[in-house]
Amino acid sequence: MATQPVEAQKTAHIRIDLNGEMTDVSFAPYKTLLEVLREDLGHTGTKHGCELGECGACAVILDGKPVLSCLVLAQECDGRKVVTIEGLTADGQLHPLQEAFGDHGGSQCGYCTPGMIVTAKALLDQNPNPTHEQIREALSGNLCRCTGYLQIFDAVENAIVEISKRNAAAK
Amino acid sequence: MAVIRDVIPAFELFQPASIEDAQSLLARYGPEGWVLAGGLDTFDWLADRIKRPTAVVDLGQIKGLSGVRVVDGGLEIGAMTTLTEVVQHPVVREKYRLLAEAAEAAASPQIRNQGTIGGNVSQDARCWYYRAGWPCYRAGGNICYADTPKGLNREHAILDADRCVAVNPSDTAPALIALDAKMVIRTPKEERVVDAEDYFIGPATDITRMTVLQPGDLLTAIRIPSTWAGAQFYFEKVRDRNVWDFALVNVASATKVSGSAIGDVRLVVNGVAAHPVRLKAVEAAVTGKPRNEATAELAGQLAVQGAQPLQHNGYKVPLMTNLVKRAIRGVAGEAA
Repeated sequence: MATQPVEAQKTAHIRIDLNGEMTDVSFAPYKTLLEVLREDLGHTGTKHGCELGECGACAVILDGKPVLSCLVLAQECDGRKVVTIEGLTADGQLHPLQEAFGDHGGSQCGYCTPGMIVTAKALLDQNPNPTHEQIREALSGNLCRCTGYLQIFDAVENAIVEISKRNAAAK
Repeated sequence: MAVIRDVIPAFELFQPASIEDAQSLLARYGPEGWVLAGGLDTFDWLADRIKRPTAVVDLGQIKGLSGVRVVDGGLEIGAMTTLTEVVQHPVVREKYRLLAEAAEAAASPQIRNQGTIGGNVSQDARCWYYRAGWPCYRAGGNICYADTPKGLNREHAILDADRCVAVNPSDTAPALIALDAKMVIRTPKEERVVDAEDYFIGPATDITRMTVLQPGDLLTAIRIPSTWAGAQFYFEKVRDRNVWDFALVNVASATKVSGSAIGDVRLVVNGVAAHPVRLKAVEAAVTGKPRNEATAELAGQLAVQGAQPLQHNGYKVPLMTNLVKRAIRGVAGEAA
């Protein structure tokens, strides 16, 4: 099987809701969601880290919950809803979490940032007003070797304030 | 494009819709087949290319294997129920909080959204010599690399070792044994139910397996009787990193107090042997005694009798002593 040309190995096929768009993709059945997102769909925002579940760099939101895309087969996602970092921007506007990470130094080398932001997004979707402790707990599976985490927590807390301001203004 | 990647070697993926279909696939592929639940144990083996199955049988499409059901005053938890679902289930939280705490101590928030309770209790050993593909006893060879003068064995067993010194890494396992859970197993011929205590096996029984599951057997559900519902519980896990890491030692206890004395108790420790260890001698010794410091001290000392630490894991003896003392004392943070 491994000696076959790449195209001939694309025997698996799924249709997923990727960032709000129905998306069809064919790929080799042993590929992880991370590999299909990056290699077959060109969505390279999601990062490839440890492959052990230790680092959280590959986190995406699957049916509303943050999961590690390096530890899910793409085939397991057929018919499901996937949100990646590319899906947070709307109408050319950054998501408040993305802005806050930039404004508050929550991102330095940037490698952990997509995983951090989508995990924080999943938290805020479930719980728009988490405590500091709940933010720490939600992000505890994401490693960052640059920031020391404090700026990341600051960024999330500032994004919460910004989101509630925007919601109030929209009413 | 030449790309050097840490990719999983090719396999054929099956997503059967019934247990029968899954078992006939496993029978067809024999040792070339692989059972996939949440994938946390699986993809570690596969991405490292240590295990190279031809066929992977994903249990994710089988209806009825997932979810928590209230039955006969107790609970039945499908083997494919995620750890997050277990943690969040209102009845688990209200009556069997020991299990909620244990499941919540496993891995990281993202992993608990993927990992299943069936996988958590059936996962393989994490000894790095074994996981790196060294031909050790557990891998069918005739040496233990961890138990040599230069072996790195800080995380390994202090009890019940037999050639292999790997430990069981599960957090939910000791809680389930403390709750007297029953494991529902579908063999190719029949359904059988095994006490959680007897589900886990040590190297003396079979050095290549962690549980009673034979090739082709599937764990389908875990039943928790009402026996210990609402008892006083204690769970604690000690690990190097407070998230993701496996336990160095963990402890689970369920206690029924009668007056000021311990009426009945079940006490289980994991991370110290190839299987979770139920401390029956300690249970017997403390039953009827007051729940105080003297009883906790007695329990802690008795718990580690016969412990045989290796070169680098002597710390596990006082660690286990102290966790047992806390579990018997039931200090602040108690699950009850």
